[in-house]
Amino acid sequence: MGVGQQFLQQMVNGIALGSIYALIALGYTMVYGIVQLINFAHGDILMLGAFAGFFVLVAAAVAVTPLTFIAAFLVAMLVCAIIGIIIERACYKPLRNAPRINALITAIGVSIFIENGARVIPQIGPNPRQYPTLPNISYNLAGVGISRMQAIVFLVSIALMLLLNYIINYTKIGKAMRAVSYDRGAALLMGINVNKVISFTFAIGSALAAAAGILFASAYPQVEPYMGIMPGLKAFVAAVLGGIGSIPGAMAGGFIMGIAETLTKGFISSQLADAIAFGILIIILVVKPTGILGRNVSEKV
Amino acid sequence: MSDYMKKKVRIAGFLFLSFNIIVGLIYWGIIDEYTAQILTFAGINVIIALSLNLISGFTGQLALGHAGFMAIGAYSTAALVMQLQVPNLPAILVGGVVTAIFGFVIGFPTLRLKGDYLAIVTLGFGEIIRVLMINAEKITGGAAGLKGIPSFTKNISLNPVLSFIWVFLFMAGTIILISNLIRSSHGRAIISIREDEIASNAMGVNVFYYKMFSFTLSAFIAGIGGGLYALFFGYLNPTMFNFLKSCDFLVIVVLGGMGSIVGTVATGFILTYLQEFLRFLQDYRLVIYPLILIIIMLFKPTGLIGLVEDIKKWRRRTFPDQKGHLKAGERS
Repeated sequence: MGVGQQFLQQMVNGIALGSIYALIALGYTMVYGIVQLINFAHGDILMLGAFAGFFVLVAAAVAVTPLTFIAAFLVAMLVCAIIGIIIERACYKPLRNAPRINALITAIGVSIFIENGARVIPQIGPNPRQYPTLPNISYNLAGVGISRMQAIVFLVSIALMLLLNYIINYTKIGKAMRAVSYDRGAALLMGINVNKVISFTFAIGSALAAAAGILFASAYPQVEPYMGIMPGLKAFVAAVLGGIGSIPGAMAGGFIMGIAETLTKGFISSQLADAIAFGILIIILVVKPTGILGRNVSEKV
Repeated sequence: MSDYMKKKVRIAGFLFLSFNIIVGLIYWGIIDEYTAQILTFAGINVIIALSLNLISGFTGQLALGHAGFMAIGAYSTAALVMQLQVPNLPAILVGGVVTAIFGFVIGFPTLRLKGDYLAIVTLGFGEIIRVLMINAEKITGGAAGLKGIPSFTKNISLNPVLSFIWVFLFMAGTIILISNLIRSSHGRAIISIREDEIASNAMGVNVFYYKMFSFTLSAFIAGIGGGLYALFFGYLNPTMFNFLKSCDFLVIVVLGGMGSIVGTVATGFILTYLQEFLRFLQDYRLVIYPLILIIIMLFKPTGLIGLVEDIKKWRRRTFPDQKGHLKAGERS
């Protein structure tokens, strides 16, 4: 295989991985845009989503069919949306007016609680498990292999992103979300139910994370309680790269992160693949902290 | 002598006396080796928790990678002692300096910005440094770990008492350093950043400089704690310094009360001691710790020290005759 072909192959892998990161990054960026909180538990919601899908797939049938796969998605997204709302109501809402560091510590507490809680529950347990997936088929496109899973990952992510775009730009609740993220106080005065909008944002973000969790788990076929940490961190970097608070930015950042990671894996060293995300974060913070598509907001006192 | 100085002298005298008594008790074997080990370990935890308190409690910038700093200090001290035969004290201090350089490099791009980037950058750093350490086999011994780090002394019977003395002198130094820093004008500037960054900037405080100062100093102290840890345990493994380790320190700081030195010291000892006796809880400890974080933040953000203050206030209010006068702003 020539270098050019290998490059294309890694690009394909990178786009598939990047679309998963983009889905996770959307949740980070929406929550940050609306309540200015880094939701550390986001990566762990991904893990819960993957497990919810896992139980559906295991319970449904011996072989995974497209129908059970779709059912797994729907159940996982619903379960995680509810979990997201519960976390927001119970842990973040009481701290909305507290110092930022308190909310951050709560978020990190929620994150560790979910991870280790999952470890303790006997149905989940600490050991990695094989993830049931659709039987794999590889398509060959001019020497570049594309697996069926990669195609599904890409298509599902794009579909969800289009859906999200529709919700945010063309529905009433989307308009309310944009209003709250622009100015919460003014939105409240205009009669928008801010609590409901914030809960809805958490629900959408968590549902996207759940979908990303199933896709991630199917691509690597395994699940374990700590699986959410690394993709969560990288997706956060993606959100910062695109400009935190910006939705198109999160999508672009996700793809860039995915491609950067697979290219590092393919051409430099697979051990450095995790470090590259960190390096990218440092570079953005030095060069352009507002990210590629972020707005420069000056804080008023 | 002012009342404040008198109180300070009394506290110092009390600590000095109790320190000597404990040293004597360990020396004569009245405190057994196991308990002495727990006390020493608690001292190391307190040092690192205090360094975390400096950046998170006093400066208000959440840092989540202190296990990573501890690891850098531990491995550099171990490398200096084992490969270059450097004596203990300079090795520990150089380990601290190396860690401080890492802190400076991480802090420089991050602390220029407003917002919570430090939390995520230090979190990422803590994860990455572990991966790098597993790969740098020459210095760290890789995933198998680094064995046979020489202890504080070659005399085995003196080892418990000497480790205790080393760690406690460093702990006392850290306490004195941080409590004096906080009362100086630099410390006031640091606290003003926690209270309101914009306002303190308007008052002429160089916010970036003081954040960097606090973070680098915090890394330095954490590195020293790591160096002591390496010499005390004699064995290092990259997996010791995972994210949960960073969280242990965060729990100590939060439970004791953010921005309280007494709280951190007390909780450091209590939690380390409890940990030894709650070993049967195993995995459940990992669930209880984050719950503590959440519950404290939701219901009592000032931690145990805030609780103690509340009880004092309540007593003054209920029994005004016994405890003299009320403080300003308190209603009888």
